[in-house]
Amino acid sequence: MFSVLKIATRNLMRYRRRTLLTALLITVGVMAVLLFVSVSGSFKAMMVGQITDSMLGHVQVHRKGYVASIDSLPLNLNLKPGAVAKVEKALKDIPGVAASSPRVKFGAMFSNFTETTNIRLNAVTPDREAATVPLLPKRISEGTVEEGLVAKGKILIPALLAKGMKVGIGDTVVLVATNRDGSVNGRTFVVQGVLDAISGPGGRDGTIHIDDARTLLRMSEGEISEIAVRVSDVGAVNRVTAALETALGGETNQQGKPVFEVHGWEKLSPFASIARMIDLLTLFVQVILVAIVLVSVMNVMMMAVFERIREIGTIAAIGTPPGTILALFLTEGVLLGIVGAVIGTAASLIAIAGINAAQLTFQFGQQDNLPLHAATNPGSIALISAIVIGVAVFGSLQPAWRASRMDPNTALRHV
Amino acid sequence: MSIITARAVKKTYVAGDVEVEAIRGVDFDIPAGSFAAFVGPSGSGKSTLLNMIGCLDRPTGGTLEVAGTDVGGFTPKQAAAFRATTIGFIFQDFNLLPVLTVYENIEYPLVMVQKRPADERRKRIAALLEDIGMADQAGKLPSQLSGGQKQRVAVARALVGSPQVVLADEPTANLDTATAHRIIDLMRRMRDEFGTTFIFSTHDPKVMAEAETTFELEDGRLTRTTQEASHV
Ligand SMILES: Nc1ncnc2c1ncn2[C@@H]1O[C@H](COP(=O)(O)OP(=O)(O)OP(=O)(O)O)[C@@H](O)[C@H]1O
Ligand SMILES: [Mg+2]
Repeated sequence: MFSVLKIATRNLMRYRRRTLLTALLITVGVMAVLLFVSVSGSFKAMMVGQITDSMLGHVQVHRKGYVASIDSLPLNLNLKPGAVAKVEKALKDIPGVAASSPRVKFGAMFSNFTETTNIRLNAVTPDREAATVPLLPKRISEGTVEEGLVAKGKILIPALLAKGMKVGIGDTVVLVATNRDGSVNGRTFVVQGVLDAISGPGGRDGTIHIDDARTLLRMSEGEISEIAVRVSDVGAVNRVTAALETALGGETNQQGKPVFEVHGWEKLSPFASIARMIDLLTLFVQVILVAIVLVSVMNVMMMAVFERIREIGTIAAIGTPPGTILALFLTEGVLLGIVGAVIGTAASLIAIAGINAAQLTFQFGQQDNLPLHAATNPGSIALISAIVIGVAVFGSLQPAWRASRMDPNTALRHV
Repeated sequence: MSIITARAVKKTYVAGDVEVEAIRGVDFDIPAGSFAAFVGPSGSGKSTLLNMIGCLDRPTGGTLEVAGTDVGGFTPKQAAAFRATTIGFIFQDFNLLPVLTVYENIEYPLVMVQKRPADERRKRIAALLEDIGMADQAGKLPSQLSGGQKQRVAVARALVGSPQVVLADEPTANLDTATAHRIIDLMRRMRDEFGTTFIFSTHDPKVMAEAETTFELEDGRLTRTTQEASHV
């Protein structure tokens, strides 16, 4: 039994070295892309995870204009209880929302009775905050987690402040804050823990219980500064953001201006541009792969057709239909692509296993010793293989077409 | 019944502004089952004529009928389909496919062109391998064969699809005299066995003598037709 496949395979084996070199080139290309995609992909996922899970959350809802003046933590741009209820209701109706956490954010004076400095504070409902940013409790490097995160009357202070003010666990400190009406109030807190700093917004904030904040700021009603939202799948951030915007977009004030603003984490963190850069680089590396496969397959197949003009003339004279001749050369080119893709994928999987076994670590922002875990998902393997094979088809199409259209008489006379 | 009928067949090649009249109007009939040769000096038009009969080239004038079909107006696709079923080719340089074994080279037209069932192929190829005396070499690649052996395989490949006409343009030009005679003998035996019409070209007088009908060409014109006495 023999067939198009058999003849194509034998013709590839006929120029063993050339076939091997071309397959090797494709293999190296596939390896480069797969390794890059898996390392950069897991780096990106880790980075996004660090940003969203230790402070930011995936999506945040504020009163319109809050984010623009977020540096001053304005209390006059808080959301009133009625507005908060609307957001809570909208969140309940949107699928894919895993948790949400209302927060009061404000600036205060921090005193250890001998020295005073400034502190930014994030006041939260402990269990909801811990569910929304699950890495936050893990940032407590000294002290303990109480009541899910922070107990009433206690405070988690950033590491730099603890060091600078020489404050330790169990020490009593004073927070003095000015409320929206300009009246000043102070309260004592016991230091429950020290928070490791992280890069990005809110990474050096202290944390207290939301009820303490309301007492300190003499809030008469349950107003908040923001609601942070966690989605169950990071890929759904844009969908949830859009759904929230739709659900809340209809809310307008007396002047007809929208009441709310909704931001995905990418809009809130400067690291989003790094994530986008990684995506861009991935695309760029894939374009290089396409170029490698296209040029090498096309080159080999053009040579193959040129070298075999008389053979093409012979089989055409015998009566081989043009479609069969096309298939012969197309199969040859595609086989080359498949061999490269298969060997490349296998080699990449071995290399990835090697990277993971080596337990490499890297540094991101203030965090050190983050494990470099290269993960390959079947989706990207399938995509890369499809690209390689698709481009191999494309690259052999022109030479194969030329072979199939050859005039047998002219081809037979070719010397 | 003639299997080839040529009437005022002409072929003019145009290369730039130079016109070459390769065939200047020839008339002939070749009966089915003939063992015929076109002979003549180099450039006399032998290959041109065989190519037109084999539908690899089209006449620029006159009418040419092969196996009852006017082949003058064939499109390339029609010509390919016609060649696939009606014509077998033997080439001067053997033109076996180097990646296929002897057996596979003979099998090629049955698989890739005529798409015949496997058991039919097996029987037919086994019989032909016996006929050409290569049954013990079936697994060899062309590179392992002598010129004479290659041409025997080519004869089998030309016959395997049961064509009505086998065309051989200078089939012995690359062979020594003794081998050339054995190939011509083989071709005639095949004609005797299957009744296939064999038409070949040569400029070797000794090979020419083996043909039963001889058409002499000179400068694109038929100058003489010789019929062996027993075939008149
Ligand atoms: N494709 C072509 N284009 C232009 N001229 C051609 C072409 N093919 C053949 N000729 C010319 O036609 C004439 C006849 O050539 P042909 O090949 O038929 O001769 P031949 O008898 O087969 O010669 P030889 O014994 O050398 O094979 C020659 O003058 C040749 O140059
Ligand atoms: Mg010739």
